[in-house]
Amino acid sequence: MMKNCEYQQIDPRALTVSPSSAQIHTVKKVQRLRRKWEVFPGKNRFLCDGRFILARQSGVLPLTLGLIIVTCCLFFAFDCPFLVEHLTVFIPVIGGMLFLFVTISLLRTSFTDPGILPRATPDEAADIEKQIDTSGSSTYRPPPRTKEILINQQVVKLKYCFTCKMFRPPRTSHCSLCDNCVERFDHHCPWVGNCVGKRNYRFFYSFIVSLSFLTSFIFGCVITHITLRYQAGKSILQAIQESPASVVELVICFFSIWSILGLSGFHTYLVASNLTTNEDIKGSWSSKRGTEDSGNPYSYNSIITNCCATLCGPMPPSLIDRRGFLPPDEAGPAASTSEIELPPFAAKNGTHMCTQSTKDVLERMVHSSEFQGLCPPGIPKTTPLGLEGSNTAAPSTEPLPSAGCSRHHACHSVVTPCPPFSRSSRRDSLHSINPAFRLASPSPSLSHTTLILGDAPDMGFILPREHPLTTGEDEES
Amino acid sequence: MRQQTAIAAKVFIQRDYTNGTVCQFQTKFPSELETRIEKQQFEETVRTLNNLYAEAEKLGSQSYIEGCLACLTAYTIFLCMETHYEKVLKKIAKYIQEQNDKIYAPRGLLLTDPIERGLRVIEVTIFEDRSLTR
Repeated sequence: MMKNCEYQQIDPRALTVSPSSAQIHTVKKVQRLRRKWEVFPGKNRFLCDGRFILARQSGVLPLTLGLIIVTCCLFFAFDCPFLVEHLTVFIPVIGGMLFLFVTISLLRTSFTDPGILPRATPDEAADIEKQIDTSGSSTYRPPPRTKEILINQQVVKLKYCFTCKMFRPPRTSHCSLCDNCVERFDHHCPWVGNCVGKRNYRFFYSFIVSLSFLTSFIFGCVITHITLRYQAGKSILQAIQESPASVVELVICFFSIWSILGLSGFHTYLVASNLTTNEDIKGSWSSKRGTEDSGNPYSYNSIITNCCATLCGPMPPSLIDRRGFLPPDEAGPAASTSEIELPPFAAKNGTHMCTQSTKDVLERMVHSSEFQGLCPPGIPKTTPLGLEGSNTAAPSTEPLPSAGCSRHHACHSVVTPCPPFSRSSRRDSLHSINPAFRLASPSPSLSHTTLILGDAPDMGFILPREHPLTTGEDEES
Repeated sequence: MRQQTAIAAKVFIQRDYTNGTVCQFQTKFPSELETRIEKQQFEETVRTLNNLYAEAEKLGSQSYIEGCLACLTAYTIFLCMETHYEKVLKKIAKYIQEQNDKIYAPRGLLLTDPIERGLRVIEVTIFEDRSLTR
C-alpha cells in the first residue's frame, strides 16, 4: 500500500521523462505549495487567492447590488439636484453616506466567512466513531447519532454531521447549499449570496437596518420632490412627466420597504432575544415542550446584553484558514483510519485495482499532451464511502446535498495537479482512464470516496482525493 | 518527524458546552495519558487554555468599544487593526508552544493548537516511547 502512495501528487506538467519513483519524488518538491482554500471541501468560491469567500451559488446578489446601485444613481441624478435647490445640500450627503454604508455592509456580508467549521480530521472522526460504536465493525451507515448535553441546566441535543464527521456544536447547522457546518447558523440568504452565521451576522444586520433607512430616505425624498413640484402649481401627471425616474424609484422603494422593514424588525427581535432564524423557525426554545424545558439557554436574559453580545461582541476568527499553506503531501499511511470507514471489500479491491490502473495511467500521462486539460478539477465532497446513505437519508433537519448537485461546476478555477489515487472504489472494474468520462457521467447518489490522508496534522479538514483516472464519478453525488 | 518517531495514539480533548457556546475544553483527564503525565499538570494546562479563551470571548467594555468603532467605520477598521480575539489567539499559540517545549515534548507528547482543528478539540499526540522499544 505504501507503494501506491508514491504515485501521489504527480504534476503532469513537470513530467518530461518516463516515470520512476525517484523522479516522482523529486518532482513532488518542484510542485508549488498550495493554499488550503484550493482544496476546501465545501461548495464555496474563493476570490483573490482566498481572501474572499462566497457561496458557490451567488443567488441574487448581483440583483441586490444592481437594484441598490440603480436606485441610488437615479436618486442622485434626478431628485437630488431639485432637492438641493429647494431644500438643503445635506440630502445627497446623507444619501451618499447611507449608500456607502449599505454597500459596504452588503459586501462584507457576502464575502465574509460566516463561521464555517472545518471538517473533522480523519483521526478525530475515527476517535468519535470509536466512542460511539462500541459494538464492532460498522460496514453500513449507523443510525443517526445524537448526543445530549446540559447547557445552563437545559438539555440540548447535539446532532452528528455525516458530512463533516463530527458532532455539531450547539447552534451549529449544516447548510446544504454551501455544504458546510456553520456556527450559529441563521439562514442562507440568497439576496446576499452567502450563509448568515456567527461571523457575519452583525454585517447582515447592519445591512438590512441601513437598507431600511436608505429606502425610507429615498422614498421620503422622492415623495417630497413630487409634492414640491405639485405645489409649484403643476398637476401630479405633469410633475411625474418632468421626473420619470422618480416613479421608478418610488416603485422600487415601495415594494422594498415592506419586506426590508419587516425583516429588520424580525431580526431586531431575534437579536434582542439572542435567537437565530433557524431556532425561531424550528421552535427550539418555545414553551410548547413544557415550562421546565423552555427558555433559551444562550440568552443573557437582558435585552441590552443580548444585543451587545450579538452585535458588538468580539469578532471570532475564521476557522478555515483559507490562505494557509498545505503541507507538502507525504505518503500518508492513512490506511488505518480510512479502513474504519470503508467497507473491507472495497478497500482491498480498490488498492489492487488502483495500482494497476495507476501504472497504466502513468504511461499514458507521459504520452498525453492534453492531460493537463483533462485533469479533473473540483473539490468533491468528503462524505466517505461508508456513509453513502447520508445523502439520501439526512439525519439532520438540513438535508444534505441532493444527488443532483452540480459536481461539474465544482472547479474552483484551479487546475489542480492530478490528485493521488482514490483508495477505494465500488466500481473498480469500471476504472476509466479517461478523466473526461468522469465529468460527463451522471452522478449517482453515492458520496465521494474520501481518501483520508491522516498525515497532515495542520489540515483542519479531510482532504478529498480522487484518482483522476479512475472513476471518480461513481462516488459523486 | 513522523518518519522518525512513530505516533502511538492521539487523544482528543473535546469541547465543554455546559456554559454555552463559549470555547471551553473538558478538563477530564484522559486515561491514555495516565502513564505519561501527571493529572494535575495536564489539568493545569487545559484550565489555563480555558481561561485564555474566556478572555478572548469576554463581553466587556473593550469588546463593546471595538464593536461600536467597527460599526461606525462600516467595519473597515478590521482591515488595519487586529481584533482582541486575534491578539489572544497569538498569546494562546505562544503558550502552547511553551508548554510543548517545556513539559510535553520531554514526555513524548505534543499538543496541537485547537485553532488548527477549528476550535473543536485539543489534539494530544502520543509518540512511541523509544526507550521501551529498545
